[in-house]
Amino acid sequence: MSTVQGRIRPPRVARTWSRTAAIGLPVLSLLVVIALWWAATIVFGIRTFFLPAPPDIVKSFLTLPNYLMEQAWVTLAETLMGFGLATVGGMLVAVLLSASTVVQRATMPLLVAVNSIPKLALAPLLLLWLGFGQFPRVVMVVLISFFPIVVAGMAGLTSTPAEFNELARSLSASKWQHFVKFRFPWAIPQIFVGLKVAVSLALVGAVVAEFQGTGQGLGYVIVASGTSADTPLAFAAISLLGAVSIALFYLVVAVERRLLPWAKETTG
Amino acid sequence: MIRVDNVSQTFIGRRGAAVEALRNINLQVAEGEFVAAVGRSGCGKSTLLRLIAGLIAPTSGQVSIAGVPVHKPLREVGMMFQSPALLPWRSVLDNVLLPVEIFGWHRANHRQHAHELLDMVGLKDFGKKLPHELSGGMQQRVALCRALIARPRVLLMDEPFSALDALTRAELAVELQRIHMELRATIVFVTHSVQEAVLLADRVAVMTARPGRVREIVSVDIPRPRSFGLNAHMDEVAICTARLHDLLLSNETEPESIPIGRHWAA
Repeated sequence: MSTVQGRIRPPRVARTWSRTAAIGLPVLSLLVVIALWWAATIVFGIRTFFLPAPPDIVKSFLTLPNYLMEQAWVTLAETLMGFGLATVGGMLVAVLLSASTVVQRATMPLLVAVNSIPKLALAPLLLLWLGFGQFPRVVMVVLISFFPIVVAGMAGLTSTPAEFNELARSLSASKWQHFVKFRFPWAIPQIFVGLKVAVSLALVGAVVAEFQGTGQGLGYVIVASGTSADTPLAFAAISLLGAVSIALFYLVVAVERRLLPWAKETTG
Repeated sequence: MIRVDNVSQTFIGRRGAAVEALRNINLQVAEGEFVAAVGRSGCGKSTLLRLIAGLIAPTSGQVSIAGVPVHKPLREVGMMFQSPALLPWRSVLDNVLLPVEIFGWHRANHRQHAHELLDMVGLKDFGKKLPHELSGGMQQRVALCRALIARPRVLLMDEPFSALDALTRAELAVELQRIHMELRATIVFVTHSVQEAVLLADRVAVMTARPGRVREIVSVDIPRPRSFGLNAHMDEVAICTARLHDLLLSNETEPESIPIGRHWAA
């Protein structure tokens, strides 16, 4: 029989262009937004106290660069620790709960309900229960990022296509083989959906925990600069937070792309 | 090779009502024989295949393969489904080798065989591709290689080409005939295409629905290789096709509508 042709990839030039555009266009629109903002502060004569212009923010950052970077590091460390713990714990819980249909049916609605409770409201209580320091802040990060991971993990682990289950049965695959070779790999794209939600929430959790006047982290910097009416400093801290948040999100996306070259094609 | 003795299957449907899927099925498939089961949707032909595969247990009666009663899926039985069911994260080669891994065999001992199988279905250079890079017909070819990797003596195929476009479907049917002639595996092939059944099968079990029963087993005595195109046996093919159509579309209670013995002397 004749050999069959595979799908043809787009030519190299087109791919390079689309890659450049994928990074270049968002950067360009960011620059445009910053330029408009700057122009607005000048045209409408907005006072720095009310809304600082971009150069004021840069100046504010440059007066305390080491301090701000240290505080950013504090926040990042809490976020990563809490997110890591939430990922490991969330996956374990998802695996355990999805092991049996009965357990899953009994717990899934509860999880969704608990997931919808605003965990941020617990921040003052955590301070009361766990005291000052890093621990209550990491706990807050875990609390806020744990449930999206559990819910996504369970959704992924329980949505194995019937044909794969049938295939596994026809090969007499053991429960362990079924999990390792079929269910878990199938769940990974959905787990990443949860991880992407969770990583952004994790940073929010860290910042809100720092709002409790714990003296450390970018959250504290924002609260402190508010009380001293140092708006440019608040904006510098917020910009740093934004940068950290974007970096964390794209870190997860990068890991996802690396691990799952197939997922983009099959799950969209 | 395969014996289905007086097998009945009743499912408990929704609201607890019993649904009789199969009633008193008897079927023997000889070693190396190709038997097709045709019938409308809901006639229990897929259920029959799942029973032979050991995926479900019959309510009564017995299935045996090579003299051994079937209670669970056997390694000497390969299966192919309506969908290719390829694992999207595994390369084509790794998909073909999946049964080897599950059986706990050494991949290295079977890699050569996997390459031979891919070569046989015209996918020689596709081992490293991921399934989504392949067309539907190519994916189903990979599924066939996976079903053959453990050198099964029996191949069970559940409407394997029904999700493909008509031309790819015809192409794959012709290819399956060639592979069957080459490997001489015993094949049970479920389909609702009369053309496919006439091209491929030594015998065709015509099934009727509610409850699923084998209405008649028709022998297809046309020399191989058969083809869909111009060939020396067009008359036999046309008569056989017409007869199967009559059996499938007519009502069983009106025997006069079946032209037994007029054109068909088999």
